[in-house]
Order: sequence, then C-alpha cells, then structure tokens
Amino acid sequence: MSTQSIESRTFSKADFKAFFVSFAVPILGVLIFLMLWSLLAPKVVTSLGAVPGPKQVYSQFEALVVEHKDERQKQVDFYERQETRNAKKLAKDPEATIKVRKYAGNPTFFDQIITSVVTVMAGFLLASLIAIPIGIVAGLSKTVYAALNPLVQIFKPVSPLAWLPIVTMIVSATYVTSDDAWFDKSFLNSAITVLLCCLWPTIISTAVGVTNVSKDLQNVSHVLRLSWWTHVRKIVLPSAIPMIFTGLRLSLGIAWMVLIAAEMLSQNPGLGKFVWDEFQNGSSNSLGRIMVAVVVIGLIGFLLDRIMLFLQKKVSWDKSVALR
Amino acid sequence: MEKIHLELTGVNMDFPTPNGSFRALENVNLKIQKGEFVSIIGHSGCGKSTVLNVIAGLYQATAGGVILNGKEVTVPGPERAMVFQNHSLLPWLTAYENVELAVKTIFKGKKSKSEMREWIEHNMQLVHMEHALDKRPDEISGGMKQRVGIARALAMEPEVLLLDEPFGALDALTRAHLQDSVMEIQADLGNTMMMVTHDVDEAVLLSDRIVMMTNGPAATVGEILEVNLPQPRDRIKVSESTQYNHCRHEVLRFLYERHGKKAEELTEDETIDETVVDSSEKSPVVDFKESQQPKNKVA
Ligand SMILES: Nc1ncnc2c1ncn2[C@@H]1O[C@H](COP(=O)(O)OP(=O)(O)OP(=O)(O)O)[C@@H](O)[C@H]1O
Ligand SMILES: [Mg+2]
Repeated sequence: MSTQSIESRTFSKADFKAFFVSFAVPILGVLIFLMLWSLLAPKVVTSLGAVPGPKQVYSQFEALVVEHKDERQKQVDFYERQETRNAKKLAKDPEATIKVRKYAGNPTFFDQIITSVVTVMAGFLLASLIAIPIGIVAGLSKTVYAALNPLVQIFKPVSPLAWLPIVTMIVSATYVTSDDAWFDKSFLNSAITVLLCCLWPTIISTAVGVTNVSKDLQNVSHVLRLSWWTHVRKIVLPSAIPMIFTGLRLSLGIAWMVLIAAEMLSQNPGLGKFVWDEFQNGSSNSLGRIMVAVVVIGLIGFLLDRIMLFLQKKVSWDKSVALR
Repeated sequence: MEKIHLELTGVNMDFPTPNGSFRALENVNLKIQKGEFVSIIGHSGCGKSTVLNVIAGLYQATAGGVILNGKEVTVPGPERAMVFQNHSLLPWLTAYENVELAVKTIFKGKKSKSEMREWIEHNMQLVHMEHALDKRPDEISGGMKQRVGIARALAMEPEVLLLDEPFGALDALTRAHLQDSVMEIQADLGNTMMMVTHDVDEAVLLSDRIVMMTNGPAATVGEILEVNLPQPRDRIKVSESTQYNHCRHEVLRFLYERHGKKAEELTEDETIDETVVDSSEKSPVVDFKESQQPKNKVA
C-alpha cells in the first residue's frame, strides 16, 4: 500500500514534467506559430490576393487529395475502357492486333512527392556507396588523403546547382533513351546532381572518423597482425560509424534541399516542379498550394533525418550516447 | 642451463619532435630468461612504455635491437602479447568477442570452432571472468576490463607477456586481487612476463628481477635488483620477510636518490632537451608520491 502511494506520487511528479517538456511545450510552440500565421497572413496582400492562412492552406491540401483521387479514377477508367475495347475486338476476330497504351495523365501532387523521394534516395544511396569507401581509404592512407584533399576542398563549396547544366549536357549526350529505358533522363539529371552534393560531406566525415581511430585499438590490431580487411571491418568501421553517420545525415539534408531547387531550375518532375508550375500558374489558389508543398517538403526532410537517426541507433554500438 | 630468451642490445630510441629529435632511450641492455617475471620501474616519462613498445615491435629502435629466441624482432606479433594500460578492449564487442577476435586471428586453421570456444572460455576462467562473457566493456568495472585484457593477451599463447602498468588505474583492493591472479597464472603457465609499474610493492611482490630505469631524456637501465623470494608468494607472509623489506628499500632508495642526481645533471648540461620533454616529465616527484602514498599506508 505505502509503496504504491510513493510510486504513484513520484510517477505523477516526474512524469508530468517529462510529458510537459516532450509533448505540451512543442505543441504549444506549434499552436503559437499557427496563431501568428493566421493573424498576420491576411495583412500581406500580393498580386494573387492575400497570403493564405493555415485554414486556406489546409483546404488546398484537401483539394490536392481530391485531385489525386480523381486522377487515379480516370486512370482506372482508361484501362477498363481499353480492356473492354480490346476484348470486343478479339471476340470479333481472334487474329486482330490489339493496342495496349499507357495512361498519360498529369502527375498529381502525390506522384511528385514520390518522384522526389525516390530521386533523392537514389542519388543519396549511390553517393554513400561511393563516398564511404573513398573516405575509409583516404582516412587510412596519408598518400590517398593528400591526393584527394585538394579536390574535395575545391568541389565541396560548389553549389550543386552549378553542376546541373554540365550534368544535363553529359547525360543527354551519353544516355540514349528508348521508350522502355530504365530511367528517364530527367531522373538521371536530378539524381546525379544530388549525388554530387552528397559525396563531399560523407567523404570528409568518414575520413576524419577513420583517422581518429584510437591509437590503442590500432596497436591491438598491430599486435594481432590483423589483415587489412579484418582491420577495416573489426576496428576501423565500428570506430568511424558515428562520424560516418554525421556525414550521411548532413549529406541527406543538403540533398533534399538541392533536389527541390534542381527540380525547379530544370523542370524535372518532382516537388520542385510542382512549386514552379504553381508559381507560373498564378491562380488564386497557387499560393496556398505552394504552401502545402513547403510544409510537405519540410515534413519529408524531417522524416528522412529521423530515418537516418533510427538507422544510426540501430547500427551504433554505443547506446549510451544521446543521438540528436 | 637457462638460456637467454629475450635480449635487448644497445637499444636507442629517438622520437622526431618539432624541435629536433628527442632521445628517449639510450643504450638499453637487458637479458631475460624464459619464465622470468621482470618489472620495469622508474619515474613517470622516463621511457618505460617505450621499452615495452620496442619489444612489442610497435616502435622501431633507432639503434640496437631486440632478439627473441635468437631471432630479431622488428614488427609486432602475437608471440609478444601486450596488456595495455587502459585495457584497449574494442568497446563494440563483448568480453567473449574481444578474446575471440584474438583467438580467431591466431588459431585460424589450427583449432576447430569448438576448440576455440573452449580455449576462450578457459582463458576467461584463468582471470575469473567466466561469468561476464556476454558483457560489453562499458558494462563491466575497470578491474574486470583489465582482466579481459589479460585474458585476451593470454589467449594468444604469447612467449612473452608485456604488461604496461596494467593495474595503474585501479584501487588498491582490486589491484591486489589482480596481482594474485597474475601470480597464479604465472605459476600455472610459466610465461615470461615483463611489467611496467609505478608501484614499488607491486614490483617487489611479483618480480624475479626489478629493472630500475634512470630518468629521461636518454634514459637507460640504472640498476637491476634480484628478488630472492620463492614463487609463488603470499603477500602477507612476504611482507614480513627481511628480504622483501630490503628490496623495497633498495628500490625506493634508487628512485629518490637517482631522481635528485639526475635533476642536477639536467640543469647543468641538458637544459635544451628539457624543453622538449613532455609535461608528464615536469613533475615526476609529485606524480610518484601520488601513486605511492596510499600504498605505503596499506603495507
Ligand atoms: N611517440 C612519441 N613521440 C615523441 N615523444 C615520445 C613518444 N612516445 C614517448 N615519447 C617521449 O618519450 C619519453 C618516454 O615516454 P614513455 O611513455 O615511455 O614514458 P613512461 O616511463 O612510460 O611514462 P609513464 O610512467 O608516465 O607512462 C617521454 O618523455 C615522452 O615524451
Ligand atoms: Mg607509460
């Protein structure tokens, strides 16, 4: 009895505080932001009307959902019609050649989200596959590091958007697309641009992580005469994991920002194009729809970082450090 | 009868520093027999670890060399296993896996899987750690980590076991337990052991011979003291014997007298080198007192 009462008392006090800090305060922050937004937005009047408040933006979101559903329904209808048409043809004449055409509707907002996420993941994964091994080798060998360092230092500060024209030219010169190609050119352009900006932070962090493997552990490796490969796998990689993830998260964050800009600039399909098209449209709904995109871009960026954090927690051996 | 097992001849060790090269060791000569337990004692920063690292092959002597069983050693190898001062366990592996990494590397193709498992468990039993096989280093105490470090080194079946202040960071009681374990193991296996220590009692209790090093720079072997007490020793009984107290006194005398003498020499002709010496060198007296005082009270 008495222990229970003590427990419940400590529970209520400590847990209330934890709850307050981890839930109530953030929610309060968001609420204050929404309030200020809805108060101030109508005061700013543009050529497309007043800036929409949270309510209008939400209704635009609902409209986008409806559009998406309509588009999907149209697609289903299209294929149904095509099928019945072909079935009729075949019933008349079993030898008849039938045409199966793809539905060529407009990509909806949600299609654009998927395109962007797939593109960023493709570019990011490919970049990581290239950058992590390079970073490890550069961290292990002073010679390789010395050779790579000037290149990395020079290319790192280049805005990936500056690469875009070069990438576009090279892709269109070397990648010959047929109808059933694996990738679209636009996909390749965006993904390669993302790749180029993901490389540098990952290479640098990985190299730093590898050079900082503790002297003691290196001595252990020497005494055991571990082979190069075992040394990398058992000693270097686990030591460098935290730094590698720092680089990866940095890369992914930049990648997501760059991708949206690249899509806007080059009219490649994706969220960036959605924003740009809406801007060009200039209807009274455009600002609201762009704001929906802004919020979604932010949420996805946040989600991507959380996924990386989750992976880092899975892979990291040191569960005691607080990962943020 | 007894053959020379491990021999250091004319070992010099120079380190490159921004102010030119710094001579840590000069003309170190040592002959060690098989199964012997040798301690190296000296003031902080005099070059004890450097001697051990040269033997381990982690440092290359600038002049002279190390001969083990008639062959010169220049690179590290598992036959000269090392127990490091700060355990140096891989923090992402459990105690078992840490030892396993060593065993798998060394006995690849020589032992079967089950033999390896047995061998790992056997070595963990030697250091009384069989109850914590699946614990990671951050889940066990400092003394337990050091035990696992010793188990890992023993599992390599080394010809020479090198211990660099293995118990330096431990409290007096844990230290005493581990010293007993080391004595037990040496009685069992008869390994050649070389241990660096700061602790006079530890040196006298464990060693057959105590190598006392002069202060750096250009440190060398000052005196070598034989401890004529039968092994294995019982710390209580031994502490009452006159031989024990004589040895203890000898070591203390060497350390304090030598230190004073060397300090004078330094101010006379080696003032330039003094600036090169790292910070640990600057206050060896204080450092030594710190590590000695509590121990003296216990004894
Ligand atoms: N890698 C290195 N580069 C330059 N100088 C070094 C290096 N390693 C050791 N020294 C120098 O050599 C001297 C001896 O160092 P060492 O680590 O062997 O001392 P030690 O007797 O083990 O000291 P402690 O008892 O504090 O561990 C010191 O003056 C140190 O500054
Ligand atoms: Mg040392």
